[in-house]
Amino acid sequence: MAEIVLDHVTKRFPDGALAVNDVNLTIADGEFVILVGPSGCGKSTTLNMIAGLEDISDGQLRIGGEVANQKTPRDRDIGMVFQNYALYPHMSVRENMAFSLKLAKEDPAKIKERVEWAAGILDLTPHLDRKPAQLSGGQRQRVAMGRVIVRTPNAFLMDEPLSNLDAKLRVQMRTEVSRLQKRLGTTTVYVTHDQVEAMTLGDRVAVMRGGEIQQVDAPEVLYDTPTNLFVAGFIGSPAMNFLPGKASGRVLKTALGDLRLPADRSRGLDGGERDVIIGIRPEHFEDAALIGTEKRDRGATIKAKIDLLESLGSDKFAYFTVQSERATAKHLEELAADAGTGDLGSGEEGVQVTARLDAASTAAEDQELEIWVDLEKLHVFDPESGENLTLGDAAKTNGSEAKTTVQRAVPATAENAEPTDQPETE
Amino acid sequence: MRSTPRQKLGWGIANVVVLVIAAVPVLWLVSLSFKDPSTLTDGSFYPKKWTFENYRGIFDQPLFTHALVNSIGIAIIATVLGVTFGAMAAYAVARLEFGGKQLLIASALLIAMFPPIALVNPMFNLWRQIGLFDTWPGLIIPYMTFSLPLAIYTLSAFFREIPWDLERAAALDGATPLQAFRSVIVPLAAPGIFTTAILVFLYCWSDFVFAISLTSTNNARTVPAAIAFFTGASQFQQPTGSIAAAAVVITIPVAIVVLLFQRRIVAGLTAGAVKG
Repeated sequence: MAEIVLDHVTKRFPDGALAVNDVNLTIADGEFVILVGPSGCGKSTTLNMIAGLEDISDGQLRIGGEVANQKTPRDRDIGMVFQNYALYPHMSVRENMAFSLKLAKEDPAKIKERVEWAAGILDLTPHLDRKPAQLSGGQRQRVAMGRVIVRTPNAFLMDEPLSNLDAKLRVQMRTEVSRLQKRLGTTTVYVTHDQVEAMTLGDRVAVMRGGEIQQVDAPEVLYDTPTNLFVAGFIGSPAMNFLPGKASGRVLKTALGDLRLPADRSRGLDGGERDVIIGIRPEHFEDAALIGTEKRDRGATIKAKIDLLESLGSDKFAYFTVQSERATAKHLEELAADAGTGDLGSGEEGVQVTARLDAASTAAEDQELEIWVDLEKLHVFDPESGENLTLGDAAKTNGSEAKTTVQRAVPATAENAEPTDQPETE
Repeated sequence: MRSTPRQKLGWGIANVVVLVIAAVPVLWLVSLSFKDPSTLTDGSFYPKKWTFENYRGIFDQPLFTHALVNSIGIAIIATVLGVTFGAMAAYAVARLEFGGKQLLIASALLIAMFPPIALVNPMFNLWRQIGLFDTWPGLIIPYMTFSLPLAIYTLSAFFREIPWDLERAAALDGATPLQAFRSVIVPLAAPGIFTTAILVFLYCWSDFVFAISLTSTNNARTVPAAIAFFTGASQFQQPTGSIAAAAVVITIPVAIVVLLFQRRIVAGLTAGAVKG
């Protein structure tokens, strides 16, 4: 087990393409860090560089304090779970798991003991003598995990290990992975494009875009205080609603009406007039009828006709249209392109807004509804740089150093008052 | 789609026709080899007078027995060398980026396209000067050269089929590139290696052009060349029976090899490696 440090790590492919650009990340011993981002953001390349499967063009990689740039995968002593499992098809489950120990010339009795221990943890004992072809998808996935845990490597690397499983199994294996990591306490770097996996699994999540880390933080911090439009739009499902607007002082002129920001959320606004993009998460809307007067005062109320209502039992999703231009920014275009929604909705008929209402709401389709917006949770972004202006200066620092400062900027609400369980980084 | 009885009948007839067309010449050869010399030309498909004389005759001749040993030895050595070098080259072609890769592929194709007969004359002269004429290496070298393109092309196709992640997994499990090649790639490419080996073996086994031109004695003469030197019992007798018997004898090892490895060739060994 070891700490992994990426120090200004850059990957430039021979054709000149810059896959990873100046990434700084310190993964503490025993920490579970997620690299998340849309396809092509460099997350897998970063993982492969840690594994030693890709050369590092520039910068330094340190594993357990030692520079590992020139080390072969074999000398780095790292275990990796591949997206397609990469089990050796001609070997039984037992041989698959024993392969690394055999190569390390371990004592046969010890190999047997370790393999059986790993099989016990992963419920693979009855399948030890089968070939991978005879196993189900979930079992193959567990063999891939088993192959990694039989030895005690410096770190586990996982490259979208659950993406080939069907939805139900994926949720089950997600908790399994989390439990296993906690039990073994091994430093883990996990790559995924699924923000739900990222939010649920990691001690910390690094959001990547175009080869650069946008923000590294605990999942709750990432969700509540995204440093820019990209992170805000990427994390959260359904996604944050974005609307263009004009700020003058603390007042935002938007299609939802004139919104007056609370003092502590307008630090990044210098008082002058400027174009902004506002972001509101679906759950920060509420049926105004269900809001007490005291809470009502810290927000604004708007009237909207509900186009579509989806009731999930626990919540209701209300979709309504706001007469407005579509918010345009580079970050948002990238997100739309990744989600494949870039060409959806021309914007001529306005912008669709998603609101997550309490199940007790009496909202109905094609009916006007008074909707309350929580202004204390509203985000204001710069359309050019994508920077989150509500955070003030705190957002400008990047990487792990930003963690403490960002956390101070979070209003102490009930959801994030709990201390996040994460080891200290140096 | 389920086939109707009519379709089944149609396909059955078509299969029988193809089988008959393919099998008749072989069966005829077998029949000839069992015929007594006096009934050779009686025009009957079945031997009217059975005899093993032809077989006994050829195994009594040092011309044939030496040739058989030469054939087996030369073909096996050429196959082993060709497949080994072919596998290494094919692995490089399939997996690595290196300067001159296109040149290698192109020149391999060029060799495959080159008519061997055009090389016979210069090689005859060269081999005589450097002492390779009428020796085993003298045949093994051209066989290897001409079978390498085939080996490289088939094997690189097989190697490409093997997911690269398997090698990466092996590397992370602590295998050196050689260990990964030996314990992961080669076992998985086994069907491809067997297929290639059989093809290369068949080529070496049945070659006539080099065998007849680059040998002069029992030292290195292989069976296809030796058959041409068969003579009848007297100058008035055709050696047809002996030739037929020799042809049957040299077909047997090939048939055995193909039957033995047929299952391995067909087996899809990579099933279950990755999600499929």
